[in-house]
Amino acid sequence: MEPAEKMTQPSGQEVKKTTCYMCACRCGIRVHLRDGEVRFIDGNPDHPLNKGVICAKGSSGIMKQYSPARLTQPLRRKAGAERGVGEFEPISWEETFTILAERLGKIRATDPKKFALFTGRDQMQALTGLFARQFGTPNYAAHGGFCSVNMAAGMIYTIGGSFWEFGGPDLDRAKLFVMIGTAEDHHSNPLKMALAKFKRDGGRFVSINPVRTGYSAIADEWVPIRPGTDGAFLLAVIHEIIYKGLYDREFLVQYSNAGELVNCDAASDEFGMFLRTEVPEEEACYDPQDKLWWDRNANKPVVTHTPGSDPFLRGEFRMSDGTPVKPAFQLLKERVKDSTPEWAAEITGIPAATIRRLAHEMGVTARDQHIELPIAWTDAWGKEHNTVTGNPVAFHAMRGLAAHSNGFQTIRALGILMSLLGTIDRPGGFRHKVPFPRPIPPCARTPNHPNAVQPNTPLDGMALGWPADPDDLFVDENGGPVRIDKGFSWEYPLSVHGLMHNVITNAWRGDPYQIDTLLIFMANMAWNSTMNTVEVRKMLNDKVSDKDGNDDYKIPFIVVCDAFQSEMTAFADLILPDTTYLERHDVMSLLDRPISEFDGPVDSVRIPVLPPTGECKPFQEVLIELGSRLKLPAFTTKDGQRKFRDYPDFIVNYETEPGSGIGFLAGWRGKDGDKSLRGEPNPNQWEMYAKNDCVFHYELPKSYQYMRNWNQGYLEWSQRNRITRYAEPILINIYSEVLMRFRQAAQGKGFSRKPPAHLAKRVETYFDPLPFFYETLEGQATDKQQYPLAAITQRPMAMYHSWDSQNAWLRQIHAYNVLYVNTQTARANGIEDEDWIWVESQWGKVKCMAKHSEAVEPGTVWTWNAIGKAAGAWSLTPDANESQQGFLLNHVISEELPSAAGPVSNSDPITGQAAWYDVRVKIYKADEKVGAGETASVSQTTWPQFAPLKPYPGQAEPKSVWNYFAGKGGKK
Amino acid sequence: MTQLALVIDLNVCVGCHACVTNCKEWNTSGEAGPMVDRNPYGKDPNGTFFNRVQTFEVGEFPQTETVHFPKSCLHCEEPPCVPVCPTGASYKRKEDGIVLVDYDKCIGCKYCSWACPYGARELDADQRVMKKCTLCVDRIYDTTMTAEERRPACVRACPTSARLFGDIHDPDSEVSHAIREAGGYQLMPECGTYPANHYLPRRKVKLRIREDEIERADNPLKIDGQLPKPGKAEPTLDDVSSW
Repeated sequence: MEPAEKMTQPSGQEVKKTTCYMCACRCGIRVHLRDGEVRFIDGNPDHPLNKGVICAKGSSGIMKQYSPARLTQPLRRKAGAERGVGEFEPISWEETFTILAERLGKIRATDPKKFALFTGRDQMQALTGLFARQFGTPNYAAHGGFCSVNMAAGMIYTIGGSFWEFGGPDLDRAKLFVMIGTAEDHHSNPLKMALAKFKRDGGRFVSINPVRTGYSAIADEWVPIRPGTDGAFLLAVIHEIIYKGLYDREFLVQYSNAGELVNCDAASDEFGMFLRTEVPEEEACYDPQDKLWWDRNANKPVVTHTPGSDPFLRGEFRMSDGTPVKPAFQLLKERVKDSTPEWAAEITGIPAATIRRLAHEMGVTARDQHIELPIAWTDAWGKEHNTVTGNPVAFHAMRGLAAHSNGFQTIRALGILMSLLGTIDRPGGFRHKVPFPRPIPPCARTPNHPNAVQPNTPLDGMALGWPADPDDLFVDENGGPVRIDKGFSWEYPLSVHGLMHNVITNAWRGDPYQIDTLLIFMANMAWNSTMNTVEVRKMLNDKVSDKDGNDDYKIPFIVVCDAFQSEMTAFADLILPDTTYLERHDVMSLLDRPISEFDGPVDSVRIPVLPPTGECKPFQEVLIELGSRLKLPAFTTKDGQRKFRDYPDFIVNYETEPGSGIGFLAGWRGKDGDKSLRGEPNPNQWEMYAKNDCVFHYELPKSYQYMRNWNQGYLEWSQRNRITRYAEPILINIYSEVLMRFRQAAQGKGFSRKPPAHLAKRVETYFDPLPFFYETLEGQATDKQQYPLAAITQRPMAMYHSWDSQNAWLRQIHAYNVLYVNTQTARANGIEDEDWIWVESQWGKVKCMAKHSEAVEPGTVWTWNAIGKAAGAWSLTPDANESQQGFLLNHVISEELPSAAGPVSNSDPITGQAAWYDVRVKIYKADEKVGAGETASVSQTTWPQFAPLKPYPGQAEPKSVWNYFAGKGGKK
Repeated sequence: MTQLALVIDLNVCVGCHACVTNCKEWNTSGEAGPMVDRNPYGKDPNGTFFNRVQTFEVGEFPQTETVHFPKSCLHCEEPPCVPVCPTGASYKRKEDGIVLVDYDKCIGCKYCSWACPYGARELDADQRVMKKCTLCVDRIYDTTMTAEERRPACVRACPTSARLFGDIHDPDSEVSHAIREAGGYQLMPECGTYPANHYLPRRKVKLRIREDEIERADNPLKIDGQLPKPGKAEPTLDDVSSW
């Protein structure tokens, strides 16, 4: 840390440290102020995450702070004004809270599920989730369902951890790095830093992506692939790795369930389940070591990990009672038998020779570039190891794999490939970040019965959880959903992040029921965060007449909390103006999504650098206030008084249970601040964070930094610190018994709940215990002759989702978007460079400009995500490029697909992950026929267009010329 | 003689634009500022930037390279912008080779921007003076800053450390090493401008796997493979022949 006197600045200048929030990366920053204005924001060199660097977004924080799109006072929709028009009147906070407390109080006293709270990319789910649970509503989720839940679920149900917050590629020691699909927006700066160092150290970087942009630009090899076919590619690589013997046998035997015997008696109720020695003593959330291997030495079944034994990974055996059994690995081998590179070449468009060569590169590098670190550790079976070893092949993927309706099984395949190569929590491969790894699945559960929702009572369970079997589903007696988004129902059983993308449609339709109040925090559900945008905007404004002939909205009351005049705010009945990240306290908590490093847990805070603008109030404070007014137990003392003065007070004093010593922040706990992770509240905790770069970094002993699924020392440390309940090994699920339990139920077997008849086939098909490739659901429902192209989006590094069009500097980098089309494909459709075209799916169409590109595979068209805006929103003038030249691809993507039993979400049938990247389109020139054989060009404006939004009360006048110079007192 | 310069490594630049906006935020409130933004919230927003990243494609599918190319004043050793300046506003500093513009002398005649073959200069449309990269001359000599901070804003911000800064006349400097070892090159050498800034080209890492490396003696297939073992009762030659 800098000596204090170094930070002394010339007069009028000061430097304050906090945490960035220009994207979800959360770098440490220093905000330099001059006469109270932001003069400069740079990366904090002492911060473990970004070590002084900062990105384009972080460097443009000034323009976010002073943007005219900022909302500055609570607003109420004017009486008689339609939703979406944006006519508001200011009201006081007191009135706002009175309205909310009264309305929500009534709902809570009658039917708490009629209140739905859905939040955008917030990373404060620990608090929002607590509020919802205390309120008693099951209708809560953050944006994961439409973001990358397939990545989280697919990996966590396989290896007990996942990418980004909870783990990532160890590029410091990797030799080969394979990035699949677009991943530019997640773990942004650390990944860029690691990638550059990796390349400088001579590592080889392969990018598999339909488009060559972003990080793929600097790949040593770009492998174009057709969207949604990654699963076929991965299965072919697995085929080659297995059939060439390039897998890490020792790793699979000791650390996965590859050797465990599976019942192969198709007539048995136990078909597809592991054989067990005995019924476990307690029903607990861990994987008891009671399965069997077929020992090669004794040629008979033994309990796994029996000293001196070594299991067959292949073959077929018979138990003494005649039951046929096979090791899980044998079943995987059979599964990929026909998944040859030639098979995958047809599907993916990648030549078979390339697939084979890449598989060999992975397998041989993993095997022959073996890493050995002189770190002694003890495994969960008590065996001592003198070294930590690793196989230096690392992978990274995010939404590119996730945002398909076959994403979960694709990501299972990736997790299995990483495991076959022996790269899990080892140097040079994938490494976990605390609080992961966790049991497969993690222990949190939702309630499993509608009775968990009761008036004036907290929800009896978590609103989001990790089902381990059908009895964990949150359904009613008929197997119907309890949640408004149908999460954790038979339609999307493992929807561990909910399905925010279906909330509005479901609530509008009253399926499964109607709600009263929808509170949306920081999510642009009337624009880029929703599919089928045109129709969803109509739903938000749709009315129904009651028996007395009075019109009311189908979604009666909509409250939106946001810092900016987004498209969604226009549909609100009540707008709560949020602060920016520079104006509020905030925590990146271990209870949520912390910023942990490979070497140990890290959490951090934001501390206000500037006072709130106008009457802006942090959403955190709104929740504390509402929780107190509604007398939710966690926010109220026994005698019904307010428990926490404000959010900072809450953060310091809240404990998960009285005396648990577990709170939102792990650093400087205990009365004197001398305890870490657990300890009684410390009244000076904020001050300690302020003194320490706003970050707490607990570095684990080296021997606890690797092999954490099976590392006795780490598991016990984790248990002692109440990060996990059990110190039991977490074996990699090559074969997923969890999935098999759902399939078994769908087949009518076993004692657990059974799916409704119309969903049995769906569950049986997709809940395959081994990864498989299937065409995306939309692909299956599309005439591909008519819609020959896949349409996807990529993530610009200088723009975070829809957030930054109000940013005067960032919008100069991406003021509008075009559709990139492979030159050959474009010409074949008569489309020249910069022609205006129609992009049409079976759900809708948009008009935009086409741009020829050689950096996209011929069957794919793409554009930047969320650059296009509705006219007038975000304080842009109605003629701004974003609305006139920019467009939103969401208009051609449907939130639902038709099915025999009615519409289902356009999502992964396992997790409910929004299938953004499945849409198929055709493109054609936007000429208008004038007369015989003659055409005239259409207007060079994108379509659809919407009536321009006007500024709301309290918004600053946008400047037409801006010479920004902080602290004018200093100069000019 | 010192010649300060940037060396930009195209092998690691991912085109994130961190250098673009960090430059802008430092300089707009710095000695060279303010840097105007016209129509910041309207049609065709257009502001002054000292540094921009251009992205272009090279080659035909599938042999395509996408190149992110950051561009700013190259601080030429023979800067064509200096002799054409009628007022002496454009000048090259002897002590460190930085090319600067004295705003008090600049009349906004644009001769320099016409002379610059790289298009590196931008007329501030509001103040009517020519502006460009100063190599953060108001940072690099500021002794109130730490050594780490006394570097151009773009260099400090760059997440991939694609931007190196130093004296290219010092053979032992980091930038000179990089130019020598990684094939650093200058833009448009035919112009005779001797740009001080250099670029490092893309470098590809390939992996050669030999056929005999794929299957080896310790192949795990051999461990798990069960050779077929016929039952004792199954027919053998002993059943039919006594020799």
